[in-house]
Amino acid sequence: MSIQVWTYILVGFTFSIYIGIAIYTRARSTKGFYIAGHDVPAIFNGMATGADWMSAASFISMAGLISFMGYTGSIYLLGWTGGYVLLALLLAPYLRKYGKFTIPEFVGDRYYSNFARLVAVVCALFVSFTYVAGQMRGVGLVFSRFLAVDINTGVIIGMVIVFLYATLGGMKSITWTQVAQYVVLIIAYLIPAVAISYNLTGQPIPQIGFGSKIIDGPNAGMYLLQTIDQLHRDLGLPEYTAAFVPGTRAMVDVFMITVALMVGTAGLPHVLIRFYTVPSVKAARFSAFWALLFIGILYTTAPAVATFARVNMIQTLHNVAYEQAPSWVSNWETTGLIAFEDKNGDGLMQYFGKSNPANELIVDQDIMVLANPEIANLPAWVVALVAAGGLAAALSTAAGLLLVISSSVSHDLFKSVLKPDMTDKQELLAARLAATVAVLVAGYFGIKPPGFVAEVVAFAFGLAASSFFPILVLGIFSKRVTKEGAIAGMLLGIAFTAGYIVYFTWIRPDLNNHENWLLGVSPKGIGTIGMLINFGVALIVSMFTKAPPQEVQEQVESIRYPRGSEV
Amino acid sequence: MSQSHKDLDPQTRQGLKRYWRDNQRIIFIMLIIWFVFSFVLSIFFVRELNEFKLGGFPLGFWIAQQGSIFVFIIMVLVYCFMMEYGDKKFHLEEQKKKGDDE
Repeated sequence: MSIQVWTYILVGFTFSIYIGIAIYTRARSTKGFYIAGHDVPAIFNGMATGADWMSAASFISMAGLISFMGYTGSIYLLGWTGGYVLLALLLAPYLRKYGKFTIPEFVGDRYYSNFARLVAVVCALFVSFTYVAGQMRGVGLVFSRFLAVDINTGVIIGMVIVFLYATLGGMKSITWTQVAQYVVLIIAYLIPAVAISYNLTGQPIPQIGFGSKIIDGPNAGMYLLQTIDQLHRDLGLPEYTAAFVPGTRAMVDVFMITVALMVGTAGLPHVLIRFYTVPSVKAARFSAFWALLFIGILYTTAPAVATFARVNMIQTLHNVAYEQAPSWVSNWETTGLIAFEDKNGDGLMQYFGKSNPANELIVDQDIMVLANPEIANLPAWVVALVAAGGLAAALSTAAGLLLVISSSVSHDLFKSVLKPDMTDKQELLAARLAATVAVLVAGYFGIKPPGFVAEVVAFAFGLAASSFFPILVLGIFSKRVTKEGAIAGMLLGIAFTAGYIVYFTWIRPDLNNHENWLLGVSPKGIGTIGMLINFGVALIVSMFTKAPPQEVQEQVESIRYPRGSEV
Repeated sequence: MSQSHKDLDPQTRQGLKRYWRDNQRIIFIMLIIWFVFSFVLSIFFVRELNEFKLGGFPLGFWIAQQGSIFVFIIMVLVYCFMMEYGDKKFHLEEQKKKGDDE
């Protein structure tokens, strides 16, 4: 059977599972719609969090990014896993004990201020919309590459599926479909990784394979990483495993970006609300562990995939006659993900990295995962599985984000500010309407993506890091931080971070290099400074303002102890 | 929200204080380990550590792309068990409910 037939079968099959689960588990109350009625067991919440978190970018792009960045790619690996340590230690158990519906709601209650809640709503909406646009685009791309449908049709199919389960089903359906999507995406990621590791090194476990010796070809008997470093030296590129060498990011920037990604991860509302769905504080802690374990499986495999792909690409393509290129090259040339221009007219493909003018081969990062099965000569069903996995990753993240958007609008705007006397039923309807509008907006961005999607993702992390994380942590660990402190901290943290990113990305992109950066920190890492500003301002302003009311202090006290979460 | 803690007898209040202090201590130690693996070993001293090899891996590179993640996972699991013990010690554990177990 051809790749396309297999893709139709696997995508059709997994989509029917998702829809089946959604119909079976749909929510009938706001509690079910927002937080799945508090009855998701820890291990399943861990899987759902994994799928919620791992987006099209993690699944499709990350290994390729690392493949081109070498050591510097560690920023993603450390940043996107280390954030879960912060979540588990500093936030998850306490948010669960607090036990309501949304993150802005926690901010509003803890800081006894509707204005604080509104600021939080605006941040949550901005961060979530930024993210969801990228997911719909990912859905469209997978459809167009594997199913030969138009990108826009792909986006619309994706919208319909997400609409069905996110809008009708709410958090309960989202959770259980995410569990299924985690299973699909992790299998789809591991099968090609294991096969390639085995082919290249004779070691089936990719995490061990990328520290093993190559068994075949001109470099047989050499360690894989040694080989890559050697190949890089020969091509005049910085060594793959070397840190902070010319042509790569400086130490201070690597540090700042890693912190910003970690703290941003721990401040993303769609991840935080997952911890509201479990039955107890203990389950919230354990689900943070399960989530990190399930995410870690993919994140420790990704750097292995990155190195396999790097060696395979250079060995099979560099200085090889274009006429004798493997068939996957021509398969993917039509998508524009790989391009060859014979600059010196010798009929051979010369690869020197894209910054070298003599380079003749342009290779897109996404190809490293998407074309992996073909590079390794795996059967058609594996290629189809990767397509299904990419869709699972994109759809699960999109659904989680849509829920944040809809609950921010229905619960934090309508119910609390505009129309507090709403009944549960009316609120549920408002939530569904908000989700519908959000799906349409997300779809619009998927079809007509604003040119700056890649830039705004850094923006989303910077904002999450400089807005939510500090005031959530302070709200739990200090009883003394006041509403004035929190509001001032959030606003200054956001203003600084947003200002810095906007200045270097849109106003003066010509100045966007390390000579002009503040302390050598790129816009990607500036969220770290924004976070520090938020912490500092919140603490200082709190010292000079009236302590929070007694009942707020008591509330802070009570979220610190697990007993009582059953209420 | 659960019961108010103001009305509790002094002994229970003392217990709650100790529970929270212990928790903060554990968190602090965990964050130090987290900082050492995330930043000190993976970033600040990665070049020095790369002089050592772990099989086919330069050591610093391995910690940055693999080792730290394993440490994170183990740390969070250890924290879960320590807090479970602490919850029991101070009688703060929650009533058993469906799905409560890992």
